[in-house]
Amino acid sequence: MIWLVGAVLVWLGAWALNVRLAASAFGRTRAGRLAVATLFGITLLVLWEGLVRGLAVSPIILPGPSVIGPKIAASLPTLWADFVQTVVKGALSGFAIGTAAAFVAAIAIDRSPFLQKGLLPIGNFVSALPIVGLAPVLVMWFGFDWHSKAAVVVVMVFFPLLVNMVAGLQATDPLHRDLMATYSASYPQRLMKLRLPAAMPFFFNGLKIAATLALIGAIVAEFFGSPIVGMGFRISTEVGRLGLDMVWATIAVAALSGSALYGLIALIESRVTFWHPSQRK
Amino acid sequence: MMTDRALPVLTVLLAIFALWYAAAVWMNAKWVYDQASRAGTTVTLAEVIPQTMAQPRPLLPPPHQVATELWKGVAAQAVTSKRSLVYHGYVTFRGTMMGFALGIALGVGLAMAIVRFRVMELSVMPWAIISQTIPIVALAPMILTVSNQMGIDNREVPKAIISAYLSFFPVLVSMVKGLRSPDQMQLDLLSTYGASQGQTFWKLRLPASMPYFFASLKVAIAAALVGTIIGELPTGAIEGLGARMLIGSQFGEPLIMWAALFAAAILAGGLIVIVGLIERMARARMGAPA
Repeated sequence: MIWLVGAVLVWLGAWALNVRLAASAFGRTRAGRLAVATLFGITLLVLWEGLVRGLAVSPIILPGPSVIGPKIAASLPTLWADFVQTVVKGALSGFAIGTAAAFVAAIAIDRSPFLQKGLLPIGNFVSALPIVGLAPVLVMWFGFDWHSKAAVVVVMVFFPLLVNMVAGLQATDPLHRDLMATYSASYPQRLMKLRLPAAMPFFFNGLKIAATLALIGAIVAEFFGSPIVGMGFRISTEVGRLGLDMVWATIAVAALSGSALYGLIALIESRVTFWHPSQRK
Repeated sequence: MMTDRALPVLTVLLAIFALWYAAAVWMNAKWVYDQASRAGTTVTLAEVIPQTMAQPRPLLPPPHQVATELWKGVAAQAVTSKRSLVYHGYVTFRGTMMGFALGIALGVGLAMAIVRFRVMELSVMPWAIISQTIPIVALAPMILTVSNQMGIDNREVPKAIISAYLSFFPVLVSMVKGLRSPDQMQLDLLSTYGASQGQTFWKLRLPASMPYFFASLKVAIAAALVGTIIGELPTGAIEGLGARMLIGSQFGEPLIMWAALFAAAILAGGLIVIVGLIERMARARMGAPA
């Protein structure tokens, strides 16, 4: 009971503090925004711990953060092996191949109005389909190891990236194109100096969507068969053994990798598209 | 508009079919050659091609084989049969709709709170973004165990939660944008009328957000379907298109897998078309320019 009341009190206190912070001048600064968000995250963890202890929830249903934390520390080698297998070998290699393929394909499509009209509606449609469903097929084709996971990721990230990239290549201003024409710029020059830079905000938008999809694809593909290492494998076997602390530890790693990948892309984006209105401070 | 697109789209579709047949011949040929060498005979290319078109367990079934299997699953069974794709499609559809409704409610609710209270924006919005970088599939098996342990026998609930988790985010982002879309002049006008917060919300912000809302629904419904299928995968679920795919994969029946995959694609297409129609109707009724 004391845990429950304590957790709720901490939550209320932190919330009140957050309200004050958000209204103050500090809340308008970058550090202030970060502080409010962090405080909210911490209160969620406290609330979770308090509820688990206060209501005496069995660790088989929901372990608290205080159980999960040590579990992470204790099983670092396993988690690292899973991370390398699923994220580095499966998701990242597939992500890189899919991105490169979509990039090249978009430039090729952009040269032909016929292909644009024909491929874009289909690409739009395909990117709304549950492509995850291809996972079992690709596992059958490429075997249980990471190659099949990378293949799933390639297919999953290709279409959203293609659609975004093609839209980006068309996003140039007529004025800019006219200027390029008066300079009598050749096609490669126009591409390198005008169209590709103009497409970058769209491209990064696609990359951000694809980053999440890549991890989902790599993990789902492991449900259809995998070697005895990998996040998807770990989750499905540990759930079967009711080792929920290990499941949560793996989820924490997955969340961390997903956020890190997203953050990395956002960082590169702010360097590459510093001129775009959404990036101006 | 439609006619000048029809030709390119048809051409691309034809090219896809041609590639598909070629790939089917190429990928399935190995099996034919293996059979022949085991039987001690040789086959010519002209004999190989027909045999790649009708294998019981093809590596890549050609389109007509998938179509036949799909037709068998849809039309040749009673709709209530466990082998009917209509039945499994309906299970998935039901899960999708529940998750979609839940996702819309959550997304709109959070967006309203975020637009109204600055503290909500600062504290919840970053975590909403982070929540989407967590691969939900990692949570799927666990949501299922947990709800089982808590005595929720209904398989729909965990599926709906997963599907809502994926579909609330596009709605949230668009609604925040939409509720903020009225410009300062319009807000000023309402404050000269002495409108209350509630009146401003109902008469200005909410109507102004509708185009954003409907645009997000198309993304959300696709996400909800993906979520439902993922929710059916790792769980030993026995109903639904995702479960069909898993069964096809585990029992080495590629045709079942492909039929389920295409059933899911058709379902996705249908849902998107329906959402688009609803959007058109709503926009027409609200007097938006077509």
